[in-house]
Amino acid sequence: MNIIETENLSFVYGQGTPFEKTANDRLNIQIKEGEFVGIIGHTGSGKSTLVQMLNGLIRPTSGTIRLEGTDIWQSPKEIRKIRFKVGLVFQYPEYQLFEETVEKDIAYGPRNMGLSEGDIRERVISAARFSGLRSELLSKSPFDLSGGEKRRAAIAGVIAMDPDVLILDEPTAGLDPAGRDVLLAQISQYHKERKNTVLLVSHSMEDIAKTADRILVMNKGRAEMLEDTRTVFSRGEELERMGLRVPQITKIMSGLQKRGFDIPSGILTVEQAASVLAAYRGRSL
Amino acid sequence: MKDFIKVENVSFRYDSNDNANKYVLNDISLNINKGEFVALLGHNGCGKSTMAKLLNAMLLPEKGKVFVNGLDTSEPDVSYDVRKTVGLVLQNPDNQLVASIVEEDVAFGPENLGIEPDEIRRRVDEALKAVDMYEYRAHAPYKLSGGQKQRVAIAGIIAMQPQCLVLDEPTAMLDPKGRDEVMATIKKLNREKGITIVLITHYMDEAVQADRVIVMDSGKILTQGSPREVFSEVELLKRHRLDVPQATELMYRLVGMGFPAESLPLDEDECIDRLSKILK
Amino acid sequence: MLKDVTLGQFLPGVSPIHRLDPRAKILFLIALIVFIFITSNYISLALVAAFIVALVFMTRIPVKMYLKSMKMILFIVLFTGIINLFYGRGEPLVKIGFLQITEAGINNAVFVSVRIAVLILASSMLTFTTSPTDLTDALERLLKPLTVFHIKVHEIAMMMTIALRFVPTLLEETDKIMSAQKARGADMESGNLIKRIKALIPVLIPLFVSAFRRAEELATAMECRCYQGGSGRTRMKRLHFGKADLYGLAACLLVLCGVIICNIFLPATVR
Repeated sequence: MNIIETENLSFVYGQGTPFEKTANDRLNIQIKEGEFVGIIGHTGSGKSTLVQMLNGLIRPTSGTIRLEGTDIWQSPKEIRKIRFKVGLVFQYPEYQLFEETVEKDIAYGPRNMGLSEGDIRERVISAARFSGLRSELLSKSPFDLSGGEKRRAAIAGVIAMDPDVLILDEPTAGLDPAGRDVLLAQISQYHKERKNTVLLVSHSMEDIAKTADRILVMNKGRAEMLEDTRTVFSRGEELERMGLRVPQITKIMSGLQKRGFDIPSGILTVEQAASVLAAYRGRSL
Repeated sequence: MKDFIKVENVSFRYDSNDNANKYVLNDISLNINKGEFVALLGHNGCGKSTMAKLLNAMLLPEKGKVFVNGLDTSEPDVSYDVRKTVGLVLQNPDNQLVASIVEEDVAFGPENLGIEPDEIRRRVDEALKAVDMYEYRAHAPYKLSGGQKQRVAIAGIIAMQPQCLVLDEPTAMLDPKGRDEVMATIKKLNREKGITIVLITHYMDEAVQADRVIVMDSGKILTQGSPREVFSEVELLKRHRLDVPQATELMYRLVGMGFPAESLPLDEDECIDRLSKILK
Repeated sequence: MLKDVTLGQFLPGVSPIHRLDPRAKILFLIALIVFIFITSNYISLALVAAFIVALVFMTRIPVKMYLKSMKMILFIVLFTGIINLFYGRGEPLVKIGFLQITEAGINNAVFVSVRIAVLILASSMLTFTTSPTDLTDALERLLKPLTVFHIKVHEIAMMMTIALRFVPTLLEETDKIMSAQKARGADMESGNLIKRIKALIPVLIPLFVSAFRRAEELATAMECRCYQGGSGRTRMKRLHFGKADLYGLAACLLVLCGVIICNIFLPATVR
C-alpha cells in the first residue's frame, strides 16, 4: 500500500516576481508503507522543497500530496496533525535544541501533540533508546552534550512524536566516520523495529547504499528515477550526467564488468563485492 | 626547506589550572616541510583542531615548543608574524567572513597588516583569481554557495601571502560539488604557488590526495607516511574507527581470501587495473 | 519571507548617485533632513521634495523598490498624520464630537506626513546606493575627530560592519529554526498575545545560542587574520571627494538658498 502519493506536485518560489524559480516540477511519486527510501540529487535539485512539502511546512503551488489516501491540505487548519504523522529532521538539527534538559527538549513535540504526562514520559524514553542516547543524559542540559550526542537528542525529538513517516535531511552531515556509522546503524535499527517508512536525504552514496531499499533521484526539480537501490546504482553513467556519483565499490565493479568480466551489476557493499570476486576467481582457477 | 614547522614534544590541555582536565595533546612531535601537502586525519576529539590552532599561535603549548620558520610561537610578540606565515581557514565559511562584499572581505587581512591601498588591491585581485572567484568580487557572500564562500575565506587568507595554509575541516559542511571545488583550489595553491598545506579532514578520499598523511588518535600520532603506506594499515585504522577507501578495503579483504598480495590500491582506477590483472 | 525586507538593502549600480563619495552622501542626507525640517511653507516643502524625487530618479533604481520600503513605514506616516490632523489650534472647520479639524491641523498633518515620507525616501536612497562597508567606512572617517573625546569610532564602525554582514545570515537562520520547530508541532499562528510570545521561546533561544557561537568563531577568524583593532590598519578603498561631489554640494547649497528665501519672503504655514 502506498503511504505517500503525489500527483503533479509542483512548487514555484517567488511566483509572479522576476526571481521566479521552479523548485519542484510535476512530481508523481509513490512511497510504499514501511519502505526505506533514499533521496539523492545535488544542491538545488529540489530535495529540500520536496521534503518540506511532504510534511506540510510549505504548501504546494499546484498538485496534491496524499498521505494514506487523503489530501494533506484538505483542511489547512489541521496541517499540524500532518506534521506529527510525517516527522521531519532538518539538516544540523542540533541547532534547534532549546530546553533546560534533554528530556524536556525531546518532550516538546509530544507535548505539542497534547499527550498526557505519562505518555510523554514513555515516548521520551523510547525515542532516546531508538536514537542511541544514554538515559543518564536525559537530565542534562542539551548544551552540555557533545556534538554527536546533540545530534541524537535532536533526532529523538522528532522520533518521540512517533511519526508514521520519518524524513531525515542529511542526518550525518559533519559527523566523523565513527559517529556516522553509529547513527546510520541506529536509524536502520529504528526502521526495522518500528516498521515505519523512512526517507533519508543524503549526499553520501555510500550511506544510501548501506540503508535504502529504493532511491528517488532528483534533478532540476524533477523526479528522474524512483527504483530499487541496485537498479539506480547500476545506471552510473546517467547519474554522473546529473552530477551525481555512485559508491566507489559499485564503480569498481562496473569498471571490471566493462572490461569483460562476467560479474553482476549494482554491487553495493565491499562485503558483496569481495564474495563475488572470490567466487569468480574460484571458478576461473 | 626542512622543518619549516616543527612541533616538539607538545602537550596541551584547555584550562591548565584545573588539574583534573585531560590533555588534548600528549607529548606530540611532528615536522612539516616547506611546500609539502600534509593531511591530518583522526576522528572528532582526537586533538586535530587544537593542533591547527597551535600551528598559528592561536593557542600556545603547555609543555614543549612549536617553531614556525624558526620562530618560537611562545615568545612574546611573535604571534602576529606567525599568523602572517601560517594562515588558518576554519570549518564554517559563514562565520569567518567579515564584510558584506566579497572583495572587501578578502581585503580585511591585508588591511590589518597595514599594507598600502594599491598593493592591497593587487593582492585581493590575485587572491580571488587564485581561488577562481574573481568574477564574484562584487557579490554579497550570503548569496554564494558553501563551496564559493569557503573559497572566498581561503582567498582572504591567501591575500595575506602566508607560506603555509592550515585548513581545519574546510569541507565538512559542504556538498560534494563544494568539496571538489575546495579540494581543487587547495591542490592548485600547493602546486602553483608552492604554499605548504596542512589539511585537517576525516574524508579519506581527500587524505589520499596528500603527499603525507598523519593519523592522530587521543592526542598522539597513531601512524604517518605516504597515503599508500598509511592506508595499507587497514587493520589499525579500522580498530581506531577510521575509514579506508572502499578500493583499499576491497583489496585488503580479497588478499585475506587468498588473492595475491601486493601493495593496496588507493582509488578505483588502480583497483580495477589490479583486479583485471589478477582475474585474467 | 523575512529576507524580503528592502529597507537598508544595497542595490549595486553605476548611477551618478552610486558613484558619489559615501562621506558626501552621508553629509547630503543630513543636509536634506535639515532642509525638510526647516521648511515652513508649501513652496519650500515642494522644493525640497522635488529635489529628492529628482535624486531618486537619478539613482536609476526602480521606483517600486522605494515604494516597497515606504510601505513598511506607511502605518507610522498615516498614524502621525492623523494625530496631527486633530491637534491644530484655531477655528474648527469640521467638528466630530470632541475632535475638531482646523486649517492648522490639516497643514500640520500634510507637513508631518510629507516630512516622514521624504525622510524615508532620502535614507533609502543612501542605503540603496551605498554598500554597507562603504557606509560604515565613511561614518568611521567622518566621526574620526570624535576619537579626541575617547569615543571608540573604529570599534563602533566595525560593529556596524559585522552587524550588517550577519543580518541576512541570521534572518535565514530564523526562518530555518522556525520551520524546524513547526515540524515539531510548534503553533506560532494562533492564540492570544502571551501564548504567541511564549511560542517564540523555542525560536529565540536557539537563535541566541547560534549567534553567540557564530560570534566566537568570527572572533577567532578575525584574530587569525591579524585583526588588532583600528591602529596601524590601512584601507583598500581610498575615498576621494571628486567633481561629482562638488556638483552635489552646489545643488544642495542652491536648494538651501531656495528654502531660506521662501521661508523669509513667504508667510509660514506651520509654526
